[in-house]
Amino acid sequence: MAAATPAIRSPTASPRDWLVPLVLFALLAAVPLLAKLGPEGFILSLMTRVVVVALAAMSLDLLIGYGGLVSFGHAAFLGIGAYAVGILSSHGIEEAGPQLAAAIGGSVLFALASGVIALRTQGVYFIMITLAFGQMLFFLATALSGYGGDDGMTLPGRSLLFDRPWLKGDAALYWVSLAVLGAAYLGLRRVTASRFGRVLRGLKENEIRMEAVGFEAFRYRLVAYALAGAVAGVAGFLLANLSGFVSPAVMSWQRSGDLIFVVVLGGLGSLHGAILGAAAFLLAEEVLSHYLEHWRLVFGPLLVLAVLFARGGLVGIGRGRGA
Amino acid sequence: MTWTLFALQALNGVQFGLILFLIAAGLTLVFGVMDFINLAHGVQYMVGAYLTAAFAAWTGSFGTALLLALPSALAFGLLLEALVFRHLYDRDHLDQVLATFGIIIFLNEAVRVVWGAAPLGVPVPDILSGSIPIGGLNYPVYRLAIIAAGLGVAGLLYGIVGHTRIGMLVRAGATNAPMVSALGVNIRLLFTVVFGFGAMLAGFAGAMVAPILSVEPGMGDNVLILAFVVIVIGGIGSVRGAFLGAILVGLVDTLGRFFAPTLLRFVLDPSAASQTGRAIAPMLIYILMAATLFVKPSGLFPAKR
Repeated sequence: MAAATPAIRSPTASPRDWLVPLVLFALLAAVPLLAKLGPEGFILSLMTRVVVVALAAMSLDLLIGYGGLVSFGHAAFLGIGAYAVGILSSHGIEEAGPQLAAAIGGSVLFALASGVIALRTQGVYFIMITLAFGQMLFFLATALSGYGGDDGMTLPGRSLLFDRPWLKGDAALYWVSLAVLGAAYLGLRRVTASRFGRVLRGLKENEIRMEAVGFEAFRYRLVAYALAGAVAGVAGFLLANLSGFVSPAVMSWQRSGDLIFVVVLGGLGSLHGAILGAAAFLLAEEVLSHYLEHWRLVFGPLLVLAVLFARGGLVGIGRGRGA
Repeated sequence: MTWTLFALQALNGVQFGLILFLIAAGLTLVFGVMDFINLAHGVQYMVGAYLTAAFAAWTGSFGTALLLALPSALAFGLLLEALVFRHLYDRDHLDQVLATFGIIIFLNEAVRVVWGAAPLGVPVPDILSGSIPIGGLNYPVYRLAIIAAGLGVAGLLYGIVGHTRIGMLVRAGATNAPMVSALGVNIRLLFTVVFGFGAMLAGFAGAMVAPILSVEPGMGDNVLILAFVVIVIGGIGSVRGAFLGAILVGLVDTLGRFFAPTLLRFVLDPSAASQTGRAIAPMLIYILMAATLFVKPSGLFPAKR
């Protein structure tokens, strides 16, 4: 297992650890200004997607990169967040507060319920059981014929903040998403540097030893699973607002695969790697699909090559091997 | 009448289960012996179906197409193994999932480029085209032929894995590959043989369903997930587990889709019952899997000790 996962650096590290994330966030903050130079609406919506996917991938990094828990059903939480927006607004509740509460509450509940069963298993079985839970939710959504069923449903509009359409503008939604990503980054950085985070990493390295020292693996992992689910639920809330549309496709297993790829491409166990990964993934997809009709013919092999040769992810490139 | 209907649905379930078994058998062996997660196993099923469709259109005979498709599927599997998979055996599961995910993306698009996005049809071979009456209802002969072929392959596999030298090595490899290697067996060669064989079985499954399902890009994706459900329920590395798991999943899925709406009518009004029934039915196998893992976290017949 150790081969492809980069050594996690200690939380009390040099200022260099802040440099890359700071540059990344500064670049993201400059996007609304730069967007004015080109097709503004298009650039903003693409970059909002980058930010939202980065948020979901960052929460998955907590599970895979720090906890060693390869969840293949993380898109389910995106779906819960998105459907919280869709279902509530179809009943006339368009206020962001209750929608967010439902997104987070639903995600945590689902994470706890499925985590209790999934965390009994290990390794490949964990990958597969998280996939199974994701599929259950996917089929549940396709069966919600009152809420669009297979086809999904179009939202009446973006969520309201304090009864006002503050999220209506593309730039506004971008700033809100970026603020959420920043908050999540700082929050998750604190969490991973805390005692809880160290226990989680310890369990990844050697579960038996950690149990012998007296930590109960199950509890720590369940909390991490619920926390990651909650963050991804918020990402789902933002995603629904961005696309103005909610459908079961949000939580198909291919989307979960995409999220894993984004995290691994960016670099496991770094948090800000998720931002790099999301940007690289979505921009590559956008550029390739713009120039080539059959862009997947290039994209698939790129994925294979990335796995074979870019060990440690994009984050690892600046750092150098074995740093 | 209801019992006949039940019997026919059960036959459909067994037939679906046997197709799943053909795919799952290769998957579980590759997984068990090499500890390699091959998400691209589903596209090998798709490639088998496409090859059969192409050869059937070319030669005009399903039998000839099948005979040509099997070695082609084998060759294709070996080619993929040599090009990509060989470099992934030493990697962790995460890398394997990702790289084979990339291959799925590529091949789904590749068949779309070569054969178009529209589904292809393959005519049912003439000898097997009729239907025979079972309890007052007609059942297509071709589906019975699938059942027969599936059972035949299962028997063959049982013989090979259980009673030959290579089967012994495969079982030993599933239990402890490094030890088998230490005893002087060329484990890489064994890997390649198992891999090619698994690819051919998946291709065979694709060929068999080509006349009754539409052959289209992405047809392997959902089957792949079901095959994983099967081997996780059965226990990774166990062919016997894959067989039981496949039949179980086939029956639960088919009977669930058919009877869930009917059964729910006892507690709900008809329209709500059919709606909820259709909602619950696809979830049943995942519930079955979660329940199995809850009781036995490594499946019914785990091969590894």
